[in-house]
Amino acid sequence: MIDITPLLVKAAWVTVDISARALFFGFFIAAALVVMRTARLPPPRWLARAYISVVRGTPYFVQLLLVFYGGPAIGLRLDPFTCGVVVGAFNIGAYMSEAMRGAIESVESGQNEASRSLGFGRLATLRYIILPQAAGLMIRSIGVLAIILVKNSSLVSIISVVELTYQAQRLIGSTYKPLEVFTLSALMYIVIIYAVMGMVEFLYRRATRYTFL
Amino acid sequence: MTQTTDTPMVELKGVKKRFGDLEVLKGIDLRVDRGKIISIIGPSGSGKSTLLRSINNLEVIDEGQILLDGVQVNRPDLKGMAFERHINHIRQNMGMVFQHFNLFPHMSTLDNVTLAPRKLKGMETKSARELGMELLERVGLADKAQAYPSSLSGGQKQRVAIARALAMRPKVMLFDEATSALDPELVEEVNQVMKGLAEEHMTMLIVTHEMGFARDVSDWAMFMDGGVVVEANTPDHLFSHPDQERTQHFLRKHLGTQT
Repeated sequence: MIDITPLLVKAAWVTVDISARALFFGFFIAAALVVMRTARLPPPRWLARAYISVVRGTPYFVQLLLVFYGGPAIGLRLDPFTCGVVVGAFNIGAYMSEAMRGAIESVESGQNEASRSLGFGRLATLRYIILPQAAGLMIRSIGVLAIILVKNSSLVSIISVVELTYQAQRLIGSTYKPLEVFTLSALMYIVIIYAVMGMVEFLYRRATRYTFL
Repeated sequence: MTQTTDTPMVELKGVKKRFGDLEVLKGIDLRVDRGKIISIIGPSGSGKSTLLRSINNLEVIDEGQILLDGVQVNRPDLKGMAFERHINHIRQNMGMVFQHFNLFPHMSTLDNVTLAPRKLKGMETKSARELGMELLERVGLADKAQAYPSSLSGGQKQRVAIARALAMRPKVMLFDEATSALDPELVEEVNQVMKGLAEEHMTMLIVTHEMGFARDVSDWAMFMDGGVVVEANTPDHLFSHPDQERTQHFLRKHLGTQT
């Protein structure tokens, strides 16, 4: 009998690692998509919209397989972990850009007018007035996406990244105790996801402090 | 850029504005000398708010000319960033007060007032703070400096909004129905602040539904309807013996519903 807990904890850390990196890079991809979608010239807008449509219209699982197995044919060779981060980032980035855009658009138009009438330009208005307010509005939706990202990371087991789900499957091969192993791995997902929710609430309260005074 | 004292502070020449097929301003001429106060009254949809918003280019006019202290505000010849720079500079000289206040909810009252002088004029924190406190004092809200807008009443919010606009030391103040969204008992405190500005000879354009206030405070009153200035005169004349039938009708209806 081997002790499965340390092995699962180690694998859970890989799940956290791969999700955190994907979220980090996804954030910048999302920001770039938002900028493209508000561009004055149409081509960047079309490109961003086409990209978002493709990501939303295909399963994450397929995207993963496509990049990992199809990538080498066009010279894109990624190790499994990097592939998980890249596909995760590009996937979540598309959804996150929609959350960001929605938050920015839901800041009242009067805020923009007040700022512009003081003499602030477009960028300064975005920086001092719109984004600080949009941040509060987008944090919770980004939190939901982060949770989806963590859950989706179980799919990278198919490209043999030794994360929580893959490790669980391997341990079943040696212990023949699927109920115990999967229950334990499920509990670990719950712990990770509750930690994410806690952080999201913390950030949300920080970003919206002013409304409670 | 400051001109001689004869140069009007604000001047409009043949200003036209369309929203799609609807012409909301049908050629407006207006001259506001420095230190004067003009009230603009008229029914909803008469174009009076559009006129005011055109002056600082929140609405882009289709034809005509707008000048602030002799400098042209609308510049069809400037495109893109060049126009941005031009209009941002012009707007620093005009204070605008909105019907729905539009205070920045994520900043304290003091920060609302000092943001523009700090970021646009590069004023240091200490002097910006002194300026902010002085202006909040003037609108009677020095004790609310650290409060956030969500904790203020409508009247207090509007007084902060006035202080915020004054912080850039504007040459002219534009009031777009500044008291229309307020509960009746809060209107007076805002009117008092505006009267204070009038006594200091601030040039003001006031779009309002408050006939009594317009009559008290203005040097000149304009009645607009259907995108044209129907009648303009001294407030005493306009409110007591309007020449035009449409003005009479509007005032009868409006003063009638007030009592």
